[in-house]
Amino acid sequence: MFLPITVRVEKRLEIPPWLRLAVPVCSFLVALALASAVFAFQGLNPLAIYGTTFSRIIGTRIGLSFLVVKAIPLLLCAVGLVMAFRAQVWNIGAEGQLLLGAVAAAGLALFVMPEAPSAVLIPAMFLAGFLAGAAWALVPAVLKAKLNVNEVITTLMMNYIAAKLVEYLIYGPWRGKATWGFPFTDLIPGNAVLPTVPGTGIHYPTLMLALLSSGAVFVLMEKTKLGYEVKVFGGNPELAKAVGMRPAKIIIACMLVSGGLAGLAGVGELAGVHKRLMYPESISAGYGYTAIIVAWLARLNPLACVLTALLMGGLLAAGETMRTSFSIPYASVNVFNGLILLCVVAGEVMLRYKVKLVVRRSVGHEA
Amino acid sequence: MGENGAGKTTLMNILYGLYKPDEGRIFVRGHEVRIRGPRDAMKLGIGMVHQHFKLVPTLTVAENVALGLEETGFFLPTKKIEKAIEEAARRYGLDIDPDAKIWQLSVGERQRVEILKALMRDARVLILDEPTTVLTPGEKEELFRILRKLADEGRGIVFITHKLDEVFRIADRVTVLRKGRVVASGVPTSETTPRELAKLMVGREVGYKLAKRPKEPGEVVLKVEDLFAMDDRGTMVVKGVSFEVRRGEVFGIAGVAGNGQKELVEAIVGLRKPEKGRVVIDSHDVTGRSPAEVLGLGVAFIPEDRARYGIVPDLSVAENLVLKAYRYPPFSKGMFLDVDYIRKWSEELVAEYRITTPSIDTPAGSLSGGNIQRLILARELSTTPRLIIASHPTYGLDVAATEQVRALLLKHRDEGAGVLLISEDLDELLELSDRIAVMRDGRIVGIMDASEADVEEIGVLMSGAS
Repeated sequence: MFLPITVRVEKRLEIPPWLRLAVPVCSFLVALALASAVFAFQGLNPLAIYGTTFSRIIGTRIGLSFLVVKAIPLLLCAVGLVMAFRAQVWNIGAEGQLLLGAVAAAGLALFVMPEAPSAVLIPAMFLAGFLAGAAWALVPAVLKAKLNVNEVITTLMMNYIAAKLVEYLIYGPWRGKATWGFPFTDLIPGNAVLPTVPGTGIHYPTLMLALLSSGAVFVLMEKTKLGYEVKVFGGNPELAKAVGMRPAKIIIACMLVSGGLAGLAGVGELAGVHKRLMYPESISAGYGYTAIIVAWLARLNPLACVLTALLMGGLLAAGETMRTSFSIPYASVNVFNGLILLCVVAGEVMLRYKVKLVVRRSVGHEA
Repeated sequence: MGENGAGKTTLMNILYGLYKPDEGRIFVRGHEVRIRGPRDAMKLGIGMVHQHFKLVPTLTVAENVALGLEETGFFLPTKKIEKAIEEAARRYGLDIDPDAKIWQLSVGERQRVEILKALMRDARVLILDEPTTVLTPGEKEELFRILRKLADEGRGIVFITHKLDEVFRIADRVTVLRKGRVVASGVPTSETTPRELAKLMVGREVGYKLAKRPKEPGEVVLKVEDLFAMDDRGTMVVKGVSFEVRRGEVFGIAGVAGNGQKELVEAIVGLRKPEKGRVVIDSHDVTGRSPAEVLGLGVAFIPEDRARYGIVPDLSVAENLVLKAYRYPPFSKGMFLDVDYIRKWSEELVAEYRITTPSIDTPAGSLSGGNIQRLILARELSTTPRLIIASHPTYGLDVAATEQVRALLLKHRDEGAGVLLISEDLDELLELSDRIAVMRDGRIVGIMDASEADVEEIGVLMSGAS
């Protein structure tokens, strides 16, 4: 009442492009400040931790490699999820779809065509992985499209079935001969192993596919009739039906793309990282779930997923580095990751509203 | 009073605590107050009936009224309420079934629940944001009687409207807002005239009557034969309706909300399956066909429920404009959209239909009600339809937008389109229609030439008082 300045919060009609970058960056810095308190409380020097962690991840080949390798499956899954989420089809099943992609690739490399040259086998594995992931997603898609069964439940349940299927295979018919009793399959033949960037673990064919899919889904969403229908259906399903769009087609198309891309991620994990089928939780460290966050952080924009997948990959890598370099307990690493996500999500408010400091006009009756 | 976008609703939302004022002070009974939310407002005895209903669609009438009421118990929350509703409904003549779910009700019935809600809170100051827009003449009279009674009891009534006749019917004093500023404050209605207020409100003289060219009806474009349809609750509410709409004519349907008009329209455009009867557009039997097939025959549909069937709020103005045309060239080729063409075309439509929007990339949901309706009209009418089905096309619009919508409908009629106009605004029906049918209790109870019709006769047919 005494200062002639007042704070005004207004809803934005349009979001300036620079803000889309500035807000998350600022949120990130706020989170680092908050996390500092947590580390300081434990008697650690937060600046040293940040500095070392940052330089070990960004500054070293191993750190960068670790980051990118984590980001690859996240990006593939997230880009697929973007498409489903834009249609308000809540695919929680990327985890299972990823596993099925890995199963398909392993089957092909171990049993169907182990002798085929790389130039044939690797594309065939990606194709099979895509189809397997898509097929896994097709079940809940058809159930939703035809019988209106809630896809959150079905896709989630399909994850458990997928995990059990992998376990059945590695303990049962696909159990390898040279695994010293571990429930693994044998290693896939060398011609099925994805090439990596020399000196790193980055299996670049999958990385290229991931980047390509991010661009392809962007074009699909913004420049095609199908993408337009997805957006209209997601925004107002009744209106979409009223103007003659076919919900079943939209739901199924979204789920096929979503599942297929998750399947590609599974091929990458199998043939680029683990080189054999093993425990489901080793094949995918929850990428299918983490990708949900990646997709939302990207505001369901497939291009922005590249950045958010790298960010999330960086967080996973940072947690790993903090644990190994500073013996920071696992729980504190989770607090750190949680704070960052919380701040970035909370920062969204600043995108939708603007805060203005305005000088109050002098009003006659005020003291 | 004031036009859409004049700031009436914003001002009232501040009084009701929904928005915070940047500057200025509010006094209630001589004391300066700070209203942080509707709860504060209610405690101060301020009640509000919103223009856009604040109801939970999946709950019943009683449950909606019970929400936020002090006497609502944790267990059996609606037990006491139902009696009170029936009592209030009887006292105020607001006929409503306490057990009906909100989503099953027509717009008019929903409004009654809103009014009931505010009345049940025994407000000292009652704000009504355009409460009569969906009421019939009979219901309006009833409301005015209630408001008069409440005012005589010593309550203050803030009655927001852009209808001049209502101001003179009900208000003692009138304040006119234009573009967020008061242009006339607390003028006794006995000391002003409708023309003067209209001028203050719009800032220019308005033409009251649209020039309507004499009727040149062509062949039948829409034929409805003995149509029956049920509402969402499974009650037959359209009971054997037959009529024809010809090219070059406006066929108006008058009636109290909830007499089957909504279901009739939905059955014609394919949003609802008819139980019996036929719908023929040109020579195509479209009975029970999908909306896409019906609309594909060159039918423009201006829906009653604009939020539900009108726009995709999160998508841009351009994306909403292209909703019907996107499937065909030049808007798309093969599987690809021609984004550049769509943008250019959207810019043209925005200018032509005077849609006020920051840009064609603005989300349609952030536009004002009048501009959303302009957007819908631009989309529906830009394809030169042969049949236009318009449900309450000027509901909630300001003078300028109303005038524009009416002129557009007449323009298309003159160009040879058949227009089916469903409205509760009798002035509008009389002004636009060539023939007027009156619908009551699911039946057409009379069809007359607009030139021979008068308000009283229609009112009698609507209310069934004869």
